[in-house]
Amino acid sequence: MSRKSGASAIQRPARRGRLRDLRRLLAYTLKRLLALFVTVLVGVYLTIVIANMGGQVDELRRVQIRSEAAEAVRADPAFQDMPAEERNALIERQVALEVERLRLDEPFAVRSVDYLQQAMRLDLGRAEQMHSDRGSRAVYDIIVERLPATLLLFGTANLLVFFTSVFVALWLSRRYGSALDRSVVALAPTSAAPGWFYGIFLILVFAFVTPLLPPGGMVAVPPPEASWEYAASVARHMLLPVAAMFLSQIFISIYSWRTFFLIHSSEDYVEMARAKGLPSHTIERRYILRPTLSPIVTSFLLMLIGLWSGAIILEQVFNWPGLGSLLFRAIGYRDTPVIIGAVVIFAYLLAATVFVLDILYALLDPRVRLEGGPS
Amino acid sequence: MMGGRWGEGLRELRRYPSALMGLAIIAALVAISFYTVVAIPYSEALAQWRGGEVWQRNPVNAAPVWLDRLAGGGAPRTQVVTSAEAEVEESAFTGGRRLRIPLAFDYEAEQFPSELTLFLHARGHDQRPFVRLLWQTPDGREVPLGGYRIGAEERISLSQDRALERRLGGLVPHIGLLAEPGMTAERAAEAAPSVLPGRYTLLMDVLLFDEAARVDAELVLYGRVHGLAGTDHQRRDLSLALLWGTPVALAFGLLAAVGTTVTTLVIAAVGVWYRGWVDATIQRLTEVNMILPILPILVMVGTLYSTSIWLMLGVVVVLGIFSASIKMYRAMLLPIREAPYIEAARAYGASNARIVLRYLIPRILPVLIPTFVTLIPTFVFLEASLAVLGLGDPLLPTWGKVLNDAQSQSALYNGYYYWVVSPAVLLMLTGLGFAMLGFALDRVFNPRLRSL
Repeated sequence: MSRKSGASAIQRPARRGRLRDLRRLLAYTLKRLLALFVTVLVGVYLTIVIANMGGQVDELRRVQIRSEAAEAVRADPAFQDMPAEERNALIERQVALEVERLRLDEPFAVRSVDYLQQAMRLDLGRAEQMHSDRGSRAVYDIIVERLPATLLLFGTANLLVFFTSVFVALWLSRRYGSALDRSVVALAPTSAAPGWFYGIFLILVFAFVTPLLPPGGMVAVPPPEASWEYAASVARHMLLPVAAMFLSQIFISIYSWRTFFLIHSSEDYVEMARAKGLPSHTIERRYILRPTLSPIVTSFLLMLIGLWSGAIILEQVFNWPGLGSLLFRAIGYRDTPVIIGAVVIFAYLLAATVFVLDILYALLDPRVRLEGGPS
Repeated sequence: MMGGRWGEGLRELRRYPSALMGLAIIAALVAISFYTVVAIPYSEALAQWRGGEVWQRNPVNAAPVWLDRLAGGGAPRTQVVTSAEAEVEESAFTGGRRLRIPLAFDYEAEQFPSELTLFLHARGHDQRPFVRLLWQTPDGREVPLGGYRIGAEERISLSQDRALERRLGGLVPHIGLLAEPGMTAERAAEAAPSVLPGRYTLLMDVLLFDEAARVDAELVLYGRVHGLAGTDHQRRDLSLALLWGTPVALAFGLLAAVGTTVTTLVIAAVGVWYRGWVDATIQRLTEVNMILPILPILVMVGTLYSTSIWLMLGVVVVLGIFSASIKMYRAMLLPIREAPYIEAARAYGASNARIVLRYLIPRILPVLIPTFVTLIPTFVFLEASLAVLGLGDPLLPTWGKVLNDAQSQSALYNGYYYWVVSPAVLLMLTGLGFAMLGFALDRVFNPRLRSL
């Protein structure tokens, strides 16, 4: 409505309108930022509580500390001929030291708030059990070490799926009803199975029945010296997992994009453009792709986020040293700092994406601007 | 009006061959589930899957029978020779009896058995009986297998008798005892030993120091194939797990899908109807839930609390309540809220609950059905995923647990492909069945797709 009044001849109201728009956009941005911040806060706190079983993990940890301390004292020849009471006192002292180091003597409620503010400041702390392959105990180092492997594998696969499906779908929507189109529609249900499931079959066929490719891992053992040989080895190891993900996602992806494009290409303005006799690639670019750009951008950004978390099972099945298997191991060790660290980073990335999307929508879609955004 | 729409939809569904195929698969799975639940009661399935005594007569890691048929046959099935069928010669001496029990059998299969074990049952003896074993081959050779003093329940693993293996020229007893004469380990390296077919006898010479008590013997020649699905490393029949996996998978998928869609839908409708802070709270909760990664949380719950399938189901439903689909339902419900018939309902004084449950929700149900059907396999696979990670239900046999066992026993590396393929095929069939039906339903009920 502000547009309509602003359009009336004189320039001043137009500028005022734009200013009002800007102010609204700013207020909207602040509101969204605050909401997202609270969201991340709540999400991370929930994760902290779950990862500590509401404090119950502490009991497990205390038992573990005691048994480890007792074992260490008993195994040390220096303490062999110490009297029993003295040895028990020594064990108690060591347990107390360790409990204090891990701050298990404080109530969980206090520590959870502490964990929360550390996590929000991205101060990820030190792992309790795990260490990176280089030996660092810092959670940051542990996560960063695994990041490239996950990004490489999932980045390759998802980018491949995304671009292939969008372009094939665009191409298919022009050949709607052809044999190829019908076969894609028929094949779409095969995507009900996740990537690891196809992975098992691919390993069976290509690694065991006909041993062409390695069944798992990221690089040959021992790793080749020359860098191009190393890259070739990694590529060979990537082939099966990428194929598994590609197989499990490509048909549903093409199907949904195709349906999406078909719905949009039956809009009246597209028919109009066609009636005007515009060439088909112009129609495609200007009349189909442009209005559908924001959903495409959305799903691209969400896909980028999905990349980061990796996939626990696919990495387990292919023995890929990425974040998914790191998270799985961390949960197995009950190493809460690592679990929380991984979730915090994921939450921040997701929140940042949602924020970028919100702003993008507000800029692209005038309806959002006027009504103060989709609440 | 509603009934007409449903009936019309179903009639239209008949035009899609994929929908009919999906329905057929689902019907078959449901039939299997009913058969399983009736034929093998729950408690019995759990007790059997725990393993042990029940499976003692099954071979280890035997392939399914049909696989052998496809490969041309020749693999032996398990053969059990019991003393009840044998002609026992009995002679008495002071202080006891002497029995000669010939356990005779014909061996015609082309391949050797996978294991050779003699089970002896001698109950109620004050003094333990003594048995001397003699192996007689069709061509008249005799191999003494040594003597044993036997307890109440004795299990003599002939296949693991190292001394006997040395005497047979280094061949494992279940091969050496049945091979053609003159075969040794060195020669077996050049040409695979072949079975000498014919009638074999295990002659048992038993000394009993009791007037009445009996001795029963069972010679088990473990086969290389077993039943429809084969066996695993604990001799368990895989068909039990594959059969019981069906109702478990269907129940898990269905309950999780119902639980998440219904609650999500009701909550979305409530938010749309009441607006204001209710709606805002629901929206914020949805956003929080989007940040929580579902699989890691399930893994955490599984590792830290319990891996019971029902707990997992509960967590899946709870995490699914405020799922991202709330936003989708909200978008669908918002225009309906302003529809004239809702206004009419308000005018006649319908309560809020009545409007939400009777007027808002039924309107978008048709659009929801396809989503619901396609959601089922997602949860079936989620259960399998958890089991593959080693977080399957501790008691129930499921498809995912079979896959996990296979993985941990390196089934693919050892060539037990059937172990991986059969649960995987069942999973795939379930996924395909529901997905095919769901996609067809989507095209029938989704008005924007109907013309496509």
